[in-house]
Amino acid sequence: MSGFNKVVDSYDEALVGLKDNMTIIAGGFGLCGIPEGSIAQIKKMGTTGLTIVSNNCGVDGFGLGILLEDKQVKKMVSSYVGENALFEQQLLAGELEVELTPQGTLAEKMRAGGAGLPAFYTATGYGTPVGEGKEVREFNGRQYIMEESIVGDFAVVKGWKADRYGNVIYRNTAQNFNPMAATAGKITVVEVEEIVEPGELDPNHIHTPGIYVDRIIQGTFEKRIEQRTVRTA
Amino acid sequence: MALTREQLAMRVSRELQDGYYVNLGIGIPTLVANYVPEGMDVMFQSENGLLGMGQFPTEDEVDADMINAGKQTVTTVTGASIFSSAESFAMIRGGHVDLTVLGAFEVDVNGNIASWMIPKKLIKGMGGAMDLVAGADNIIVTMMHASKHGDSKLLPECSLPLTGAGCIKKVVTDLAYVEIGEGKFWLKERAPGVSVDEIVEKTAGELVVPDVVPEMEF
Repeated sequence: MSGFNKVVDSYDEALVGLKDNMTIIAGGFGLCGIPEGSIAQIKKMGTTGLTIVSNNCGVDGFGLGILLEDKQVKKMVSSYVGENALFEQQLLAGELEVELTPQGTLAEKMRAGGAGLPAFYTATGYGTPVGEGKEVREFNGRQYIMEESIVGDFAVVKGWKADRYGNVIYRNTAQNFNPMAATAGKITVVEVEEIVEPGELDPNHIHTPGIYVDRIIQGTFEKRIEQRTVRTA
Repeated sequence: MALTREQLAMRVSRELQDGYYVNLGIGIPTLVANYVPEGMDVMFQSENGLLGMGQFPTEDEVDADMINAGKQTVTTVTGASIFSSAESFAMIRGGHVDLTVLGAFEVDVNGNIASWMIPKKLIKGMGGAMDLVAGADNIIVTMMHASKHGDSKLLPECSLPLTGAGCIKKVVTDLAYVEIGEGKFWLKERAPGVSVDEIVEKTAGELVVPDVVPEMEF
């Protein structure tokens, strides 16, 4: 049973093995469902030359944005960026490379990577700058481009609850890219709000089965809100 | 008079049908949610992984884990479901969303759309727009008919990099409702008080004008 115990006690342990020039897949959409603890640890380790695959790059001073402060990021693979001034500055200075990828294609690149599929065909991006230089193939009279999948050296994931075996559930729209990211890391680190005993999570409700998960850590989360919008009751 | 943003949203809302699953883009499209006709049930899809998006939360209901694709805090309606980004785009690419409404910089007579990138300006990214236009059969583009300087945005050929090729069939502008087919724009309705002459003048692509062009109804 101890062979299935994925729990680690510190972020030092959680990110052991992370080296310069690695590729990291990170869950999250905007600032929602981001692995805050792992990001802070990567900043602390000072690892550089990183390629980070994540829908966005945080904001100035929070989320993945903090990895820009010490120029740790070489390249971002994202669908939407530039909510941060530092990002724009480094991009314009040529210190940072960006591969803009349609959101659905990005999700599928992670999903396919984790599922052992090297590539897939999608109509998304055909006839646009995204399709340039990519193989085009016709199926049933429609044109599709070939997109290659992505596997990361590490995946950093934010869950809600996990058991010691690494079974994870997510909460509300903090799910977003996290389940696909979890499948696509050679080493997958999941930080959660609560670690429960095996058996406490209903097997019918597991989002990410423990087989994909290498390390589980209980974290604390600020959960900053990017666009706080309310109505009057 | 050219339509206001609200009137544009009202006109688009007439395309809603009971039981529709609908994805609304950021900006004017978002306003369509305010004009769902009485007695009609539609569910709004948000591509970050929510089907059944509700209104903004009250102060007490705010939940950092519950946002829409514009990163705004939202609530869910009864019968909502939540899922991953891969599942969300499976719905979109798989053609399961009944209606998609989104904005654009330009459209052209061949149904091409440009909405994400202006060369030499900062490029923030396409988000989910390329997947939405590639996957949906029923898309309505909402946009201004012409720029402030009077330059048409309904063109013979898009000048900006495309978001999608040959995928747009319906456009609601502040001046007109136009359909696209056979390599032409087809004028279907005009905004109340707007002359056909003004629409013709501000449409750079070939426009087919019928003998009678009805005014829009809301």
